[in-house]
Amino acid sequence: MILPRTRFPAGIAIALVLLLVLVAWSFTVGRFAVATGDVIRVLWASLFGEESGLARNVDAIVLQVRAPRVAAALCVGAALAAAGAAYQNLFRNPLVSPDILGVSAGCALGAGLAVLASLPIEAIQAFAFVGGLIAVGLVVAIGTWIGGRDPILTLVLTGVVVGSLFGAGIALVKYVADPYNQLPAITFWLLGSFTGALPRDLPATLLPIALSVAALWLLRWRIDVLALSEDEAVSLGIDAKRLRIAIIVAATLSTASAVSLAGTIGWIGLLVPHAARMLTGAAFARLLPLSIVLGAGFMLAVDTACRTMFATEIPPGVVTAFVGTPVFIVLLAVAFRRSQ
Amino acid sequence: MKSVRFVAVLLAVLALASPALAAREFTDDAGRKVTLPDRIERVYAAGPPASVLVLALAPDKLIGWTRHFRDDESQWVPKKYAELPELGRLTGRGSTANVEVVLKEKPDVIVDVGSTRETYASLADRVQSQTGIPYVLLDGHLETTPAQLEKLASVLGVPERGKELSAYASRIMGELRDGIAAIPMDKRPTIYYARGPQGLQTGLGGSINVEAIELLGAKNVAGGERGGLTNVGLEQVVLWDPEVIVTNDPNFYRDVWKLPVWNSVSAVRSKRVYLSPHLPFGWFDFPPGANRLIGLIWLSDILYPGTFHHDLKREVARFYKLFYQQEPTAAQVDSLLAEPGVSPR
Repeated sequence: MILPRTRFPAGIAIALVLLLVLVAWSFTVGRFAVATGDVIRVLWASLFGEESGLARNVDAIVLQVRAPRVAAALCVGAALAAAGAAYQNLFRNPLVSPDILGVSAGCALGAGLAVLASLPIEAIQAFAFVGGLIAVGLVVAIGTWIGGRDPILTLVLTGVVVGSLFGAGIALVKYVADPYNQLPAITFWLLGSFTGALPRDLPATLLPIALSVAALWLLRWRIDVLALSEDEAVSLGIDAKRLRIAIIVAATLSTASAVSLAGTIGWIGLLVPHAARMLTGAAFARLLPLSIVLGAGFMLAVDTACRTMFATEIPPGVVTAFVGTPVFIVLLAVAFRRSQ
Repeated sequence: MKSVRFVAVLLAVLALASPALAAREFTDDAGRKVTLPDRIERVYAAGPPASVLVLALAPDKLIGWTRHFRDDESQWVPKKYAELPELGRLTGRGSTANVEVVLKEKPDVIVDVGSTRETYASLADRVQSQTGIPYVLLDGHLETTPAQLEKLASVLGVPERGKELSAYASRIMGELRDGIAAIPMDKRPTIYYARGPQGLQTGLGGSINVEAIELLGAKNVAGGERGGLTNVGLEQVVLWDPEVIVTNDPNFYRDVWKLPVWNSVSAVRSKRVYLSPHLPFGWFDFPPGANRLIGLIWLSDILYPGTFHHDLKREVARFYKLFYQQEPTAAQVDSLLAEPGVSPR
């Protein structure tokens, strides 16, 4: 099942083409019926700064609703999958997800506090982002301070502890929130959704994600060496501690921006890198791009289903879990039976 | 329903007629038979809707609030009531009250107004058997507000006050109903209730959050499905294309004029987006109590301009005096109605 290295360029090209088809399809479906030709006209006109000549709400649907939503889903999926892939290699554990160091819990607490203070949406997103960074910063600081022979284990344990502390903080915020207004807002935020994704949200999300993915790409060979064993990395002249911090910073930046835009969406960061590894092996130079493409595609497919099936939205986190669980079980069965 | 009310009134009359009667039995809206002491002087309201009703009917019997009044809220009720202690809420939706603290205040009765479903009835039974304090559970739907007022008044032993407020509530709702009945269906606007900081949460048909819309005969665009609160997509709102939008979130009200996509919605283009006032209690949605009565008057003018000719300032002053025990100053009323989005443009 694993793609030979020489076939990888062809494989990733096919995946990219499929992703493009998915993007095109996602643009043409929605609750508000817009003919495919009209979608193309609107996009064409906006590319060249012309007037599409169509009704205002058609323009708005394509450019202000669908385009940012498609872009947001692609970015979030890519960011979570990239962070998951990096963490799974860093922690040498295929069952690690991007929120292992408490980033989601930190984001959720930040967002909850902002809702409690009745702040506007931009502030809620900013609070979420900063909350995620604070949580991971705490984990790294405490983990470094504790030290120990196995720094990876120390980090993971500290992540669990700090994550549950922030979880208790979220519970407290929900408890003191006004049950008629703030509590539903917090609950909806925690469930996650792309429904409010607007063009103005994209730069603040895209930039950190692009930066962290670029950083991970530049570190791809070193990540492979680090995944072998720390001693080997040191003997090759790699500063394991610094590299670890760099990976954590990159993965945290991308996850925090994803979560602050779309809320906590599980499974992508765990499932997608795992599936990608089965397809192409653990070499990070191939695992990262394939994870990104698969993650973006999976997230977009899920969100397109979420916004088209009913008049009301379905939380994407629920769909990823419903789809992700059986897929994950099948993948596990395939992998384990093959290895026997 | 009628018979329950009849029995309640009868019991109240009996209780008044024979002060020798040491205890009386009251059947609440969950069908629970509760034995009440003859005289009730101290009332613990288990949730905000119940607090609002007790404040209106017998404020001196109220022993505390479910949460402290904030500074901007406390100027709307007499100081001695605003300063009552915070005791927490005891409803099913996340209780914050400590039963020992409630007991320490020695209430004669616990009152809750809201859902009378099995969950809440069993919660009432449990608290009652745990504390030994009678627990009365009343139905909290907007349309039963007059009945709530009368029933609770009979529980509290203030039937005259109950009749006065109930008559006021019935008159308001009756006048609105009559006026709206004359409006043909195609003249009734479609309305979208925007909740949350992005205005993308709304109440489905039959949800307690949109009762005012349904009572006023307008068409809730999300009313096709039945349920509670839900998330909706922007695209769906554009598709619904509501003629009126009501929100309770000032942040969303500020944003809605700036975001290009909302600009393609009829309500935004025709500047029919409104922000419901929230002092000291919300006018439209929360808490889901009698506080929504003044919101009905406000919303009826928004939905059907030129139909009712309400003098909103006078109605506000009157409602606040009746229900919150303090007539607001002209400056206060002006400040309430001058908040952007409250008054029609």
